[in-house]
Amino acid sequence: MEPKNYLQDINEIKNLMNKSSRFISLSGLSGILAGFYALIGAYLGYGIIYDHNMVTADGYRAIIISQSGLLSIVIVALTVFLLSVLTGIVMSYTKAKKQNESMWDSTSKRLIINFMIPLATGGVFILLLMEKNLYAFVAPLTLIFYGLACVNASKYTLGYIRYLGITVIIIGLISTYFLGYGLFFWALGFGVCHIIYGTIMHVKYDRMKS
Amino acid sequence: MSIIININKAFDHRIRLGIMSILMVNEYADFNMLKEMLGATDGNLASHTKALEKVAYIKVEKQFIGRKPNTRYSTTILGKAEFKKHIQALEKLINKQ
Repeated sequence: MEPKNYLQDINEIKNLMNKSSRFISLSGLSGILAGFYALIGAYLGYGIIYDHNMVTADGYRAIIISQSGLLSIVIVALTVFLLSVLTGIVMSYTKAKKQNESMWDSTSKRLIINFMIPLATGGVFILLLMEKNLYAFVAPLTLIFYGLACVNASKYTLGYIRYLGITVIIIGLISTYFLGYGLFFWALGFGVCHIIYGTIMHVKYDRMKS
Repeated sequence: MSIIININKAFDHRIRLGIMSILMVNEYADFNMLKEMLGATDGNLASHTKALEKVAYIKVEKQFIGRKPNTRYSTTILGKAEFKKHIQALEKLINKQ
């Protein structure tokens, strides 16, 4: 055998190991879009909270929010979440198709299951907190659990999602300390971070392949 | 000279190398997954899995999912160790150039 073939062998081994165990079609562009949705959501949320409330001597930290205002915030947050997920699915699907990969296989299933375990735990936990009227921790905890979900999912896909997760966890912890500035940290964590990491992934993986 | 010995004849084929690569990083893989990943025909893949089974590098489990027969493959401890040796030998050969 030619020595050149050995190198080819190794490359093929690497390629198959990645392809069979990691979902490689996650779209970076959808991350950027998710970031923009989050920023728009935060902007709308800001309007809902602060336009109808006097900013008190405590600044942004102590606000009185009506039941309907709270409901609007939850709806905005859920819309942003669903829109992001939908964009992610659609764009990953087109990317997978372009690369002749299937979108729904054992790697994507594993990715989604492992992403959902921390995320669903967090979701239920936060709903229970809201049921007990503990709203202050909602924003930091969504960030922390989302970050954990990203870190957990990173084992099953390529790219920088691990670092995105770690960054969001840190922002979540900082936001726990500066309680009351949740919306700003949300915009930072879900908006700015997604745009930054989405851009890196897009430049590094999306464009390279096409 | 010893590294040449570590080049394992059992892996000296693209499909067999592929089967082992996939099974190294997955707990198990079924026949269709291997077929899809490697782009091999049924007969071709079956003969290579049999060859690897014969030297006890992979394990075969046959079962039914509903009414459909399903064949699942996984690596044995021996297979893993041999494959690692094989890769190390390949790497050494490449680095020597």
